Amino acid sequence: MFRFFLKRLFVALLVALAVSSISFSLAYLSGDPAIAIAGAGGSDKDAELIRQLYGFDRPILVQYVDWVGLALQGNLGTSYYFNMPVSQIIGERIPVTLILGTVSFVVAMLVGLPLGILAALKPNGLLDRMVLLIAVSGQAVPSFWLGLILIVVFGVWLNVVPISGAESWTGFILPVVVLSYYAIPALMRLMRASMIEVLQTNYVRTARSKGLGMPTVILRHALRNAILPLVSVAAVQLGILLSGSIVIESVFALNGLGRLAWESLLRSDLPVVQGIILILSLIYVLLTTLADLINAWLDPRIREA
Amino acid sequence: MELKFSLKSILAGGALACTLLSSQPALAGKSDNTLNVAFAAEPEALDTYKIAGRQGLILSRHIYDGLLYKKLDTGEIVPALAESWRFIDDMTMEFVLRKGVKFHNGADFSADDVTTTLNTVIKPDYGTKYQISVDWIANVEKVDDYTVRIHMAKPFAGAVEMLADALPIYPHQYFTEKGSAGISVQPIGTGPYKLVEQIPGVRYVLQRFDQHYAGSPKGRPAIEHIIARTIPEMNTQYAELMSGNLDWIWRIPPDQASKLKRRVNIVNAPIMRIAYINFARAANEGSYPISDVRIRKAIIHAVNREQIAKVFGGDASEVLHSACNPAQFGCEQDVAQYDYDPAKAKTLLTEAGFADGFDLDMTFAAMPRPVAEAIAADLAKVNVRVNLNENQYASAVQKWRAGSVPALFSNWGSYGIGDVVFILSNFFGGGADDQIHDAEVAALLKVADTSNDRQEREEKYSQALTKIAEQAYWMPMYNFNINYGLSKDLNFTPHPDEYARWWLSDWK
Repeated sequence: MFRFFLKRLFVALLVALAVSSISFSLAYLSGDPAIAIAGAGGSDKDAELIRQLYGFDRPILVQYVDWVGLALQGNLGTSYYFNMPVSQIIGERIPVTLILGTVSFVVAMLVGLPLGILAALKPNGLLDRMVLLIAVSGQAVPSFWLGLILIVVFGVWLNVVPISGAESWTGFILPVVVLSYYAIPALMRLMRASMIEVLQTNYVRTARSKGLGMPTVILRHALRNAILPLVSVAAVQLGILLSGSIVIESVFALNGLGRLAWESLLRSDLPVVQGIILILSLIYVLLTTLADLINAWLDPRIREA
Repeated sequence: MELKFSLKSILAGGALACTLLSSQPALAGKSDNTLNVAFAAEPEALDTYKIAGRQGLILSRHIYDGLLYKKLDTGEIVPALAESWRFIDDMTMEFVLRKGVKFHNGADFSADDVTTTLNTVIKPDYGTKYQISVDWIANVEKVDDYTVRIHMAKPFAGAVEMLADALPIYPHQYFTEKGSAGISVQPIGTGPYKLVEQIPGVRYVLQRFDQHYAGSPKGRPAIEHIIARTIPEMNTQYAELMSGNLDWIWRIPPDQASKLKRRVNIVNAPIMRIAYINFARAANEGSYPISDVRIRKAIIHAVNREQIAKVFGGDASEVLHSACNPAQFGCEQDVAQYDYDPAKAKTLLTEAGFADGFDLDMTFAAMPRPVAEAIAADLAKVNVRVNLNENQYASAVQKWRAGSVPALFSNWGSYGIGDVVFILSNFFGGGADDQIHDAEVAALLKVADTSNDRQEREEKYSQALTKIAEQAYWMPMYNFNINYGLSKDLNFTPHPDEYARWWLSDWK
């Protein structure tokens, strides 16, 4: 188990390094950072000065190695836009995204998994059809539209929740609803498909024929097997939710990590972009590693492979 | 029966939750004398010298003061931190400073603050964003505790304009110790408001500074607190404004402003910013079709600018004929005009040997796509097939400076200043943005930009603008105006320089 863990960790670090180097060079493709930082109205002279001050006149490889060197010492640099340490800027934005992401994930699991299991009990039954309806509309309705409709109904008309901002916990209610509604379909449908498959296996038939009730069969025997494919998907979903939804953060003015990444890219605030990508890729890598470990724990066959 | 019961309990639970939630206190404006405003874009670090975006500059003008101040209603430059000022000679200005001015941290204002601030920000390694704003200063000398002299590095007609609130003074001790980073973390100025809280880019809380100096041209503000938030989605801003949680928003697109009119107070006002299409006459060794003056004239004749200005710019937008904003000093209006006339455009194209039209690559940046498409559609009617490329501003400008695009559609705000010195030389003065390369125009501009004689400046600018229009180097489109959405309780006067002056606002 320990060797397995070390192997995964090594691969994980390689992935993080690859992601950061690719993103570093991609950031340059979106235009000369010096001109972007000089801003609208900046002259060629302004851009040239910025090029020297920020060291954009050096080869990209040198800039990258410099950045990696500092990052390894825990120094993510200073934001060009905010003139403050990147770690501080990210530190101020990350709580919003973490709260929004994890709460939405938990809600999505709590709603999606039971619904998926219930739907699997009677495929094509009334409940299954209703669940399918939820899944399809969840995937079809754009989240910005749903967000705005909820704002109009609950924020403007009923005036029961804040329209935007993260100043109080109530500000998270609408965004969590929208974000989890978006995450539910994938979890629910996979749970359903996986459960249907498991319910047709011999050991389930054996368990039933030995007189066990349906709840016991499902919770004790079927679920442990049916949930295996779900663990990896859930890890990816959580990763997506934690990386921040640009759309939802914009609509509800939560100004979390997703928007920060997007805005920083547009204004060529490279240290912030790099910092966010590093943190997000680490989160992803951590989650998928965790998923692998959970799977290995759930299913001994994976450990051997 | 069971289903009914559970539905009932859900409804009951939901109602209870709603009651609990609605007990939250309402964010008030007038009732607790707090002005709630929102921007769609994030303000930068509040070190004015490094800010390009208007939202950061607006906040910083509430926090800091300059030596001088411009009264926009009269155009008059009045003393601010300086009590009086005069030119000793063409290259030296002397300022007598005001006594008894306090900074937000309690420090007293004196000559050291002026010399330290300005002598620091003029150094290239400080990274002042717009070099044009400080590169005319050679150094600042302290004569005594309340007298300073600015020695100019070159004659610059915009010097006085720049000193009017665009170059703020920082407290010297704090600035020397903490530098630009310190100013960004905790801005300290002499302005009518002090910053008491910030989550950079997200939320800023300003509080009225009760020791703001007597006799300040900004006066004593009526509003006690200002809370500025970033709300990127305009629809969310409208919802907040209609619910009374916001008192001030801006840059509402014309179509949405007319819909909001019934619910909130909408104020429309013209600004300095103008939209233009720039033709790279000299780029690519002058081999683009638009290097031919007849082609450029044909393009201008082919576009129905009148209609485009009305539909996309809004009612207060006018078609421009001169390459500047008519509200600016030196913006000659008596120049060649090219009316909407597709037939004439076709004749000109035929004369130039392009009877069947041609393909035109046009890059656009910081302009709405529908406007670019309307232009392309008009040009298609005379067989000029426009290849539209939407770019980020930075990459569009990069391509333009490299001469790799024949036409660029964008806009220019002249830093909000009403003088053509802040627009013409950038595009026609021979710098990197000048893809026209007209030596005669560049020479005229050089004289006008550096002269202290207003009449001479006006004459030279007029000659330059006449030639620019005659040669159709530019297709000026229209002047911008912006819509502000205001709470019905708020008095707010908009200004053409796009600076919100909330210190002048009060409640009805």
